[in-house]
Amino acid sequence: MARTNSNPPTSLPLLQVQDLSKYFVLSIPWLSRIFGGQSPPILRAVDGVSFDIQRGQTFALVGESGCGKSTVARVIVGLYAPTRGEIVFQGRSLGDPSFRSSRVSLTRMQMIFQDPYASLDPRWRVRDIIAEPIKAFGLAESRSVLRERVSDLLLQVGLSPGDGEKYPHEFSGGQRQRISIARALSSHPDFLVCDEPTSALDVSVQAQILNLMKELQTRLGLTYLFISHNLAVVHHISDHVGVMYLGRLCEVAPKRVLFSDPQHPYTRLLLDTLPDLDLSGRRRQPVTGEVPNPIHPPSGCAFHPRCPSAADRCRVDNPNPRPSQEALVACHAVEEGRLK
Amino acid sequence: MAPLLKVDGLRIEFPTRRGVLVAVDDISFSIDKGEVLGVVGESGAGKSITGAAVIGLLEPPGRIARGNIRFEGRQVNGLPQEAMRRIRGAKIGAIFQDPLTSLNPLYSIGQQLVETITTHTDLSPARARARALELLNEVGIPAAERRIDSYPHEFSGGMRQRVVIALAICANPRLIIADEPTTALDVSIQAQIIALLRRLCHEHRTAIMLITHDMGVIAEMSDRVAVMYAGRIAEIGPLRDVVKTPRHPYTAGLMDSIPRVGEEKEKLSHIRGSMPRLQEIPPGCPFHPRCPETFDRCREERPDLMPTGHPNQDASCWKFAGTVRHG
Repeated sequence: MARTNSNPPTSLPLLQVQDLSKYFVLSIPWLSRIFGGQSPPILRAVDGVSFDIQRGQTFALVGESGCGKSTVARVIVGLYAPTRGEIVFQGRSLGDPSFRSSRVSLTRMQMIFQDPYASLDPRWRVRDIIAEPIKAFGLAESRSVLRERVSDLLLQVGLSPGDGEKYPHEFSGGQRQRISIARALSSHPDFLVCDEPTSALDVSVQAQILNLMKELQTRLGLTYLFISHNLAVVHHISDHVGVMYLGRLCEVAPKRVLFSDPQHPYTRLLLDTLPDLDLSGRRRQPVTGEVPNPIHPPSGCAFHPRCPSAADRCRVDNPNPRPSQEALVACHAVEEGRLK
Repeated sequence: MAPLLKVDGLRIEFPTRRGVLVAVDDISFSIDKGEVLGVVGESGAGKSITGAAVIGLLEPPGRIARGNIRFEGRQVNGLPQEAMRRIRGAKIGAIFQDPLTSLNPLYSIGQQLVETITTHTDLSPARARARALELLNEVGIPAAERRIDSYPHEFSGGMRQRVVIALAICANPRLIIADEPTTALDVSIQAQIIALLRRLCHEHRTAIMLITHDMGVIAEMSDRVAVMYAGRIAEIGPLRDVVKTPRHPYTAGLMDSIPRVGEEKEKLSHIRGSMPRLQEIPPGCPFHPRCPETFDRCREERPDLMPTGHPNQDASCWKFAGTVRHG
């Protein structure tokens, strides 16, 4: 897959996702299974997704619910096994079980979840929550080193060392997300997978967390995969953006390019839904249609029923991402130059 | 002209074992006929509770401790349940965040619409069904004749919210309380629901009290905006003024912390800290511990809404003390 990096690729990408697919076999009532002879339907949550993430950069996956963006995140960190495809982390395939269970893959890659109320054990003190990865990987030689490391992590995320004695319920949503970040950082990762880390937060607190994430990225040289449905947040935090629709990537481009010159009709639709906060009265295409049921996706290009530029070929033939200017775009209309 | 809805000095309390929590503290606002008032604030600011009080759905132990709610000139708080029920649905409709909990899963949407229509109008069941079809067409349900006998689970989230809107407008109410009507929906569906509400409001001259945490939704729909913070109104005024030239430091901080496409910023400005819990609301101005412009008076004395020197734009902030109303 071609690089869409604005900087020249100096080294190997930190993470390479190649033709990744994840299918789920859905259960059907057992009576229909036995007597109806039905085979269970297959949900193609992620279908042939490829992208690279360069070291020190933020790659955002954006799309509406059910587009498969969270599934990609979960496959990468190993919460799901991929159905097909390969994930290469620091030059080695995570499909190799000995590398997946190695210290490198386990400590160098961490995850931050959306809901800071569900992702912290309410019965644990904050210091124990943050210390768990350190203990699990034996990263501290002694108790005092461990204590110091936990205090240091709390300070890094803008809390105080004394907060370690408290329980999660004593913190607000934003502070809890800081605790999740401290926990994720405790094993010295290079790469953080962040699944909607600010979606559950109020907007003034969201700004604090986004600032913290950017600061930590600069200070610690972190690489982020940032999953979000919020285009404005993605615009703020990312270097590269992948737009997903029904399990496939429609467009991958450097952030500036994607927002200034969107090519795929779905990307354009998403950008048209951005609220007009400046009250400029900017003209927009009215949005129509809904995301179809992913169990029975439309034939050909999954976006064709909603696409203003759909032609016969789009109804039959599923487009693959192709280089188009600075982006990769999966669209026949873009390829044939007949975009409306 | 008298406003359609007038709320005066409303105070809502929740008695608990550890003392009384004041969720809404002395707020006043009004909504004119056909006007969309956006009520925006972070979670816990008291916006939903205010909406519930207006429609008479405040859940005990929550209670209106003080103040008045007048609808079409008539006091509606303190009305007996039965009288309130006749107003609710007929004159004041409601749309909530989650369309699945607003619809009964055991009845087809046709049955639910017909029931609501026959309750609030004197149409016969047969004519009510015809009206239900009309409504489904109006809110943009495709193939309404076929879908009218379907059940809520057979609809997508966006289509369910359209059904809920059809239910809310079926008796042609004068006011709709819309509490986070688009929050549970995907962005492309959100835009469609906003367009639909805007069209209905315009065509029927229905007023909307639009409650949301999303400044984007407010900017797309409202005529006026009330910004709530810790149970009080921090600022109220015409949409353009509040969004473009916020006067209250909280509104200014809120607007600044929203990331925007087309703006390159290394750092977003943010308001330090977070909104206090109800049991920890500080004395004086509730925003003073987070405010960059705090002075002594803010710590001691609570500001009420006061003129800011801009027509119809009022803010609860001492920096405007002594400013006279303009225009």
